[in-house]
Amino acid sequence: MRKLITTLSLLSLSTLAIAADAVAQTEKQATNWHAIIMFCIFVAMTMGITYWAASRTKSTSDFYTAGGGITGFQNGLAIAGDYMSAATLLGLTAMVYTQGYDGYIYMLCFFAGWPIILFLMAERLRNLGKFTFSDITAYRLDQGKVRTMAAISSLTVVCFYLIAQMVGAGQLIKLLFGLEYNTAIFVVGLLMMVYVTFGGMVATTWVQIIKAVMLLSGGTLVMFLAMSEFGFSFTNLLEKATAVHKLGDKLMYPGALLKDPVTAISLGLGLMFGTAGLPHILMRFFTVTDAKEARKSVLYASGFVAYFFNVIFLMGLCGILIVGQNPEFFEGGTIGGKLIGGGNMVAMHLAKAVGGNMLLGFLAAVAFATILAVVSGLALAGASAISHDIYARVIMKGQASEATEIRVSKIATICLGFVAIVLGILFEKMNIAFMVGLAFGVAAAANFPVLILSMYWKGLTTKGALWGGYSGLISAVCFVLFSKSVWVDVLGNKAALFPYTQPALFAMPIAFLMAYIMSKADASARAKQEIEAYEDQYVRAQTGYGAASASNH
Amino acid sequence: MSSAMYERMRANPKFQELVARRGRFAWTLAAVVLVMFYGFVMVVAFNPLSLGQPLSEGSKLTVGVTVELFMFIFFWVLTAVYVKRANTEFDALTQEIVKEAWKENQ
Repeated sequence: MRKLITTLSLLSLSTLAIAADAVAQTEKQATNWHAIIMFCIFVAMTMGITYWAASRTKSTSDFYTAGGGITGFQNGLAIAGDYMSAATLLGLTAMVYTQGYDGYIYMLCFFAGWPIILFLMAERLRNLGKFTFSDITAYRLDQGKVRTMAAISSLTVVCFYLIAQMVGAGQLIKLLFGLEYNTAIFVVGLLMMVYVTFGGMVATTWVQIIKAVMLLSGGTLVMFLAMSEFGFSFTNLLEKATAVHKLGDKLMYPGALLKDPVTAISLGLGLMFGTAGLPHILMRFFTVTDAKEARKSVLYASGFVAYFFNVIFLMGLCGILIVGQNPEFFEGGTIGGKLIGGGNMVAMHLAKAVGGNMLLGFLAAVAFATILAVVSGLALAGASAISHDIYARVIMKGQASEATEIRVSKIATICLGFVAIVLGILFEKMNIAFMVGLAFGVAAAANFPVLILSMYWKGLTTKGALWGGYSGLISAVCFVLFSKSVWVDVLGNKAALFPYTQPALFAMPIAFLMAYIMSKADASARAKQEIEAYEDQYVRAQTGYGAASASNH
Repeated sequence: MSSAMYERMRANPKFQELVARRGRFAWTLAAVVLVMFYGFVMVVAFNPLSLGQPLSEGSKLTVGVTVELFMFIFFWVLTAVYVKRANTEFDALTQEIVKEAWKENQ
């Protein structure tokens, strides 16, 4: 039990990791034809869309932001599709199944960042940004240096997130479809390359929208069928679940996951502000026409996310009775033993129990589609950091033609695809928890502080931004490296150098402090100009006058 | 050129009004969310048992589940309230500011 708790708390940032980790030791399953057929339908549909999108992807603006013509509702669905990974479906259902109320607490942590993004960031992001969030941090600062810094931390986040998704994908697919791990990795990597290189943001957006609709409808259907067994009564369900669960009445108490206050607060900070610093999420704000639509996107996205988390909570609780009391789903038929396919298969077993093989196949296809959508969004964010920030702005100093910039971003996508495949294969056996932890930690400590300061604090200078960004990046990476999850569990040292698993509470203040001190200490003429340039930036951020507009076709 | 536009917009008293009103509104809502969310995290960290209490005698519904469900709904309602006001009142004011700056331009 103790081991389970420590494992779970290590995985706290990463529900995906929870999924992948438990799946890692499982056997390859028999080929699931229902799932494969439904997945093929999804691929055929998205390929059709990619073909259509390719004809509309001509300019850089089409490629990076779908021409800025996505509506708030579409973007809201796409953000929800980008944000909720397969892990949300599998990992969080499993967490509610084993830990009860703790799973619900995690879901609130994943959700609470969205209102904050809306109130403090959405409007300014749209008014100031064009293709990447570095457009905003570098708005009045030294383009070359600040963009390089932002691109490095973006790519760090994207790479760690990509590894986690790829490894998770390979293991899930092995389990759900009965395919070889390496085959699964190649399928994911190649499909992603096709979507992004040919269809750019238009195709990526539609893949994410379709996937979000599948995920929402599939989850709702399973929840509905499962709840019908309890007469749609939540108290009835709770009563029966607490009666049979081994935690008993403790099922509805906060458990050991967040016992330590420092971890609890650090986790809350990391998830809330990490979300606000993920490059592939931030990028979605530039795909809409104006600030009005950007606000609507968050309204819809947070509505879908909140709704789905509650569906998952119900699914997990229903699973306690429907899956947990049925010997059919346990190895050797012993109730309370090991679940067939590992602990994260609760959602899948539940689908089978209430809807047979068809529903199981559908949900498996949804899980695969989900991974593809998230990976495509990540690849596009990574490629834009390379082509738009590094190539077009730093190397070519803004003199690159649109055609070459698009070519560079397509090459970058293909390279990232191969990097993802290679890393996915290399890290197959590795605990991927720390990588997602690192991704959120770096996003919260390196991307978020500089981004929010550049929008809100007049006094930020190039020197401050660089020190803030790099110190946040390095300290977040070091804290994770020296924490128990890597220093002890991966590198095999005796004791952790850093006692906590969550870096945000410590790395974020370092980044803010360095940005503040170095900006204040910067008395150069350039710094003075940068501070003066804030005035115009401020008016643009508030009014949207001069903001990049949607291109007309 | 655009710098002159920005200069004129900034000089418009309506701009100051927009910034003050929208800023106050956004920060109030953000403060509500932050206080409630971190307040909840603190209760989880320091007094977890209180969250497992039944809502009323003999009920299976606990305080924790109810509070959390309330927060999911309430936070979302706050986003709806902000979007509604920002997309009507504040955006109308913004358009006026931009229009007036254009007029002076000619």
